[in-house]
Amino acid sequence: MEQNTMNLTLKVWRQKNSGDPGGFATYPVKNISAEMSFLEMFDVLNEELIREGKDPIAFDHDCREGICGMCSMYINGRPHGPWEKNTVCQLHMRAYKDGDTIVVEPWRAKSFPVLKDLVVDRGAFDRIIQAGGYISVNTGSPVDANAVPVEKEKADAAFAAAACIGCGACVAACKNSSALLFVSAKVSHLALLPQGAPERRSRALNMVAQMDKEGFGACTNTGACEAVCPKGISIENIARLNREFIGAGMSGE
Amino acid sequence: MKWSELFTSSIGKKWVMAISGLCLIGFLLVHVTLNTLIWANIFVPEDNGEIFNRAAHWLGSNLIPRILEVGLFLFFIIHIIQGYVLELQNRSKRGKGYKVPMGSEGSNWYRKSMGLLGTLIFIFLVVHISNFWISSRFGGLKEITYPDGETFHNLYGEMITVFQELWIVILYVLGCVSLAWHLIHGFQSAFRTIGVSNKKYLALLNATGIGFSLLVSILFAAMPLSIYLGWVK
Ligand code: HEM
Ligand code: SF4
Ligand code: FES
Repeated sequence: MEQNTMNLTLKVWRQKNSGDPGGFATYPVKNISAEMSFLEMFDVLNEELIREGKDPIAFDHDCREGICGMCSMYINGRPHGPWEKNTVCQLHMRAYKDGDTIVVEPWRAKSFPVLKDLVVDRGAFDRIIQAGGYISVNTGSPVDANAVPVEKEKADAAFAAAACIGCGACVAACKNSSALLFVSAKVSHLALLPQGAPERRSRALNMVAQMDKEGFGACTNTGACEAVCPKGISIENIARLNREFIGAGMSGE
Repeated sequence: MKWSELFTSSIGKKWVMAISGLCLIGFLLVHVTLNTLIWANIFVPEDNGEIFNRAAHWLGSNLIPRILEVGLFLFFIIHIIQGYVLELQNRSKRGKGYKVPMGSEGSNWYRKSMGLLGTLIFIFLVVHISNFWISSRFGGLKEITYPDGETFHNLYGEMITVFQELWIVILYVLGCVSLAWHLIHGFQSAFRTIGVSNKKYLALLNATGIGFSLLVSILFAAMPLSIYLGWVK
């Protein structure tokens, strides 16, 4: 069987810790199989660095199957690399050809400070979820699965919004470092369903307030977030959140 | 939530941008409709700006348009100040930038250049207001008496004079081009900001926005051009 391998040049952002100014380091990588994932290529490089007694490159990853939202690399000017609706862990080296130079940077946003190399702190997203990304349920015996009727269109839209894996690519891509696609996906997911109704107003208000507190920018509706989102979250969710938020803010005390 | 909290939140600020922008769009519609009267000669031979001067006079001497005019200035000021506030705040959120920039994927250059386009419109506005509005409100315009004995400010004559200057014509055309791009994004963006999330309506609004932006900008640009080229005398 013909083995399709390639030699590449990687320019990777290296930064010892959040206080270090950091800079790019260049690494030649050899004999990379086209079947490898982008992260596996980093594994190969890291093993080599460890063998040479050097510090391996820190990068986030967990499931490696496109569902956890941990992997986060800004590759050649695009979050998650060149493929549409895809995470870095699911990016395969067949996207590149022999001799290519690949520049790898961390997500850039003041609200996502770099911890080390390509790892950024996305705790801001957790705090936004804590501010309102939940619902209240009655305890006691489990409710019959289909006891609450949900309109098909709304169920589909809620499900599509729920696909957000909280990776932060939307923030990385946005010229304003706005987190609105993420927040709007989380708010839409719950606001569209009857189960989310009790906290509907406070959810929109509190999650946006936390988002602003974390220092993310405002939305200009440019659409860059939607284009890079690995889960295809639509910016119509942002318009829905705008409506939820203004409605909630204008009504009530 | 207090009003102050609502309007200082990121979404609240964008809401102010959208509402003021939509009011400015409403104003543009009235402005462009009235100004097309400079071409009344096409239908009324030998009009030579009489209908236009009478309409402008009516607008300037009626209470309601005068009150709306104050509102208009307020909306401009709010929109411009808020626009710069948002632009500067948004620019400050990245911190260290990327080595390889994102480019315009999923977006367009003009969607990312609202501040620049707004600034170009603003420069144009300053010249425009000093060209026409100041002299028409605070004097400095010549008078013209029509055969029925009534006397009006000759705003039409002022246009003919001002638009003989090539650099002014170029500035006006550039202003219109900036306006077109600003509104092709701004029109539909404003509706998203105030909460229209229905794809069917968004498609309609997007098409309407493009049509409106092009029509208004082309009509406005045609005014100095047609005068400079001598089609309107
Ligand atoms: C006749 C003149 C103008 C009209 C009709 C107009 C209209 C609009 C509209 C409809 C929007 C979209 C609001 C939204 O996205 O929700 C907008 C956005 C904007 N306008 Fe204007 N505008 C005008 C003049 C100006 C001027 C003079 C400036 C000067 C700085 C300006 C700066 C901006 C900026 C920066 C935004 C984007 C704000 C953001 O999305 O973050 N505009 N404009
Ligand atoms: S909206 Fe998309 S890009 Fe943003 S965090 Fe969710 S999955 Fe990632
Ligand atoms: S590692 Fe889980 S989505 Fe990429």
